[in-house]
Amino acid sequence: MITTSKPGRALMAGAAALAAILATAGCSSNDSAGGDVTLQYWMWDDTQVPAYQQCADDFTAANPSIKIEITQTAWGQYWTNLATQVAAGSAPDVWVDQSSYYPQFVEDQQVENLTPYIEKDPDAIDLSLYAPGVADMWVIDDQRYGFPKDFDTIGLLINKARADAAGLTEADFQNMTWNPTDGGTFEEVIAKLSVDQNGVHGNEPGFDKDNVENYGFIVEWADGSQGQNFWGDLAAMNGFTYSDKNPFGTKFNYDSPELVETMEWIVSLSQKGYAPSFDQNSSLSRLEVVKAGTAGMTTMGSFNQMLYKDTPDDFYFATLPTGPEGLKSATNSLTDSMYAGGKHKDQAWEWIKYLASPACQDVVGETGVVFPAVEEAAQRSVEARGELGLDASVFTSYLDEPDGTFLLPISMHGTEISQIVQDALQGVALGTTDPETALTRANAEVNELFES
Amino acid sequence: MSTVMGGGSRTAAKAPKPVVSGRERDGRVAWLFIAPVLIGFVVFYLYPTLRGLYWSFTDYSLLGQPKWVGAQNYVDVVHDADFWRSMLKTLQYVVINVGSQLLLALLLAALMHRLTRSVMLRTTLLLPWLVPNVTTGLIWLWLLDTNLGFVNHLLDSMGFDHVGFFMSPDLVIPTISLINTWGYAGYTALLFYAGMLQIPADVYEAAAIDGAGEWRLFTRVTLPLLKPILALVLVVTLIGSFQIFDTVAATTRGDPAGASRVVYYYIYQQAFQFFHMGYASTMAILLVLILGVLTFVQLRLLRASESQLS
Repeated sequence: MITTSKPGRALMAGAAALAAILATAGCSSNDSAGGDVTLQYWMWDDTQVPAYQQCADDFTAANPSIKIEITQTAWGQYWTNLATQVAAGSAPDVWVDQSSYYPQFVEDQQVENLTPYIEKDPDAIDLSLYAPGVADMWVIDDQRYGFPKDFDTIGLLINKARADAAGLTEADFQNMTWNPTDGGTFEEVIAKLSVDQNGVHGNEPGFDKDNVENYGFIVEWADGSQGQNFWGDLAAMNGFTYSDKNPFGTKFNYDSPELVETMEWIVSLSQKGYAPSFDQNSSLSRLEVVKAGTAGMTTMGSFNQMLYKDTPDDFYFATLPTGPEGLKSATNSLTDSMYAGGKHKDQAWEWIKYLASPACQDVVGETGVVFPAVEEAAQRSVEARGELGLDASVFTSYLDEPDGTFLLPISMHGTEISQIVQDALQGVALGTTDPETALTRANAEVNELFES
Repeated sequence: MSTVMGGGSRTAAKAPKPVVSGRERDGRVAWLFIAPVLIGFVVFYLYPTLRGLYWSFTDYSLLGQPKWVGAQNYVDVVHDADFWRSMLKTLQYVVINVGSQLLLALLLAALMHRLTRSVMLRTTLLLPWLVPNVTTGLIWLWLLDTNLGFVNHLLDSMGFDHVGFFMSPDLVIPTISLINTWGYAGYTALLFYAGMLQIPADVYEAAAIDGAGEWRLFTRVTLPLLKPILALVLVVTLIGSFQIFDTVAATTRGDPAGASRVVYYYIYQQAFQFFHMGYASTMAILLVLILGVLTFVQLRLLRASESQLS
C-alpha cells in the first residue's frame, strides 16, 4: 500500500510547498509582531534611494514602532510589478506614483483617499510651502490622494565645444526668443550650431543641408502626449492648452492651430538640415549625442542635470527661449500613494506625512538629485548643484515668471492618449503625414476614449 | 521512460510480497516522475489559461473586479486595426527570422558535419544563445545606433551614410529579426547537426561512389533524411518566433510610430500599460488558436512522423 500512496504524497507535498510559497508571498508585507510594523515602500529611481533611506532612518528614529522597507524596481518593470501585486491584494503600503498612472489606480479604488486623514489631522501639511501648482495634481473631485514629492522643469543643454566652434558665447543662449513663423533668435542660434561636411555653418551661404556633420539641435520625438521635453513647452508658449481643464480634462485640443504651427516649425528644422531627420536620430539618448559633440544643443529635464556633475565645464545650461506668450516650462511632479488594501494605514499616513514634510524634503534636496516640491528644499538642491559647478538656477527661474510653469495634463486614459499622440507625431516626423492631418485624426481618437 | 520502467520492475523483483502487479506499479512510479512537470503544467499553464479564457469575456482593468461583457472583446478585436497591424508586423518578423535562421543554421550544421567537428567551434556557435535576449537587444542597440554605434562608424569610414536601423520604419523589423537570428542560429544549427549525425555514413559513401558532389549530397541525402528534425525545428522556431517580445521591449518599445509593435508587445501594452487585461486576454486566446491551427497545418504538410531512414 506504501507504493499506492507515494504519488499522492508527492502531489500533496508539492501542493503544500506551493501553498506555503504563495502564503508567504502574500503576507510578507503585513508582518506585525509585538506592535512593531514594517511598511513596504516602493520607488523606481535608484539615484534617489540613498536620500529616501535617510528619510526612512530618521522617521524610524522618531517613530521606533514603524520600520520602513524600501524596494527599488526599474521603471520598465515597476508598473507591471505594482499592478500584479495590486491584483494579488498584496501591494506595498506606500508607493511612488506618477501622473499618467495614478488616475487608473484611483478609479479602481486602490489608492486611499487622504481627505479623511487630513480632516482628523488638519495641521499636518502646509500646502503653501510647495512650488506653484504641484499640489493640485493629486486632487480628484475635491478629494486629495497625495502630496507632491518634487517638481521639475525643462531647460537647454549646450555642448560648449560646439558653441565655441560657432562663435557663440554663454550670453547668446540666455534670453533667446522663439516664434513659429521664423523661429526667432532661437532658430538663428540653432543655424549657427549646424555645420555641414565642408565646415559651412547653417547661417552661412552654401550650407549643404543634405550632408550635415554636426546638427544644431536634437528634437525628442518619443515624448508621449505631453511633449514635456520640447514640443509641449513651445506649443504652450504659443498659446496651446491641452484640454478643456487640467487636471482631469475630458476634451482635448490636439488639433488646435497653435500646436499645428508649432509642429510645422519643429519639422522644418530637419528640412533645413538643422536637426536630424527622424530616422537619422539616435536610438539611444539625445543627451549622449550632445555629450559626444555630434550635435550642439538639446532640451534637458532638471532631473538629469546631475549627469554632468563631473564635467560641468564642458556644457552650458540655459532656459528655453521665450515664446509669443512668454517664458514657460512644463512641470511635473510625483506623489506617494497609500494602498487602500493595506493593513497599516494609520502608520502609512504617518510615513506619507513625513515624506511630504520639509524635514524629509530637505534631506532629498541636499543630495541635489531632484528639486523637492517644498520650495525651500528645492533651493537646497540648487545650492548643492552650485557647489559642483552646475548652474541650476536656469531651472528654477521659471518660478519667477508669471505663469512660468504649467502642469502637464493629467486625465483618465493617460497612457493610451500618450501612445496615440506619440504615434501621430512620429508619423509627422517621418514625413508620412503633415501635422494638421495627423493631429486632427489623433485628436478625434483621443476624444473618442472619453465618449462611453 | 525506459529507466523508469527498469527501476520499477527491479523493485518488483526484489519485493518479497508483490501486492500489486509490476505493470500497475510501473504506472504509479511513472506518475511520480511526471508529477513535478504535471503540477507545474497545471499551476503555471492550465490554470492561467483558463483564467485568461474567463477574462477574455470580461472588462477587467487588472486593478479592479472583472465585469462580464460576453463576446464584446472578440468583436472589438476583429475591428481593431492596431491588432491586425501588429499581427502583420509579427508575421513579417517571423518570416524573416525563421527563414534566415533556418538557412544559416543549416549551412552551419552542414559545415560542421562535413568539414570540421571541433568542439571548440560548436561551443562558440552556442555562445550567443546563452546570452539573455534583453542583453542581446541592448548590445545591438548600442552597436547599431545611428550616431554613436560602432556599425555606423564603420559605414561612415567606408563612405556610406548613417543608417537608422532602429529608427526607420522599413528597417526596424528586419533589424530585430536578424538580431534574433544571430542569437538563435547557433542553437538551431546544433539541433540540425545532431540530426545529421544520425544519418548513416554509408549512405554518403554510396552516393559519393555514384559520383554525387557535395551539393548533390546535401540536397539528395542530407535534406531528405533530415526531414523529421527539420519539421520539429520549424515548428519549434515558428512558435518561439511568434512570441517575440523581449527584444522589442528592450530596444524600440514598438517605435517608430508603431512600426515594431509586434502582437505580444501590443498585448503587453493593453494589459499593463492601458490596463485592459480583459481585452489583452482576448487577443492572447486568439493567438493561441491561430498558433494551434498553424502548427497542425505545418505538421500535416511536412508529414513529420515519416522518416525515410526507417
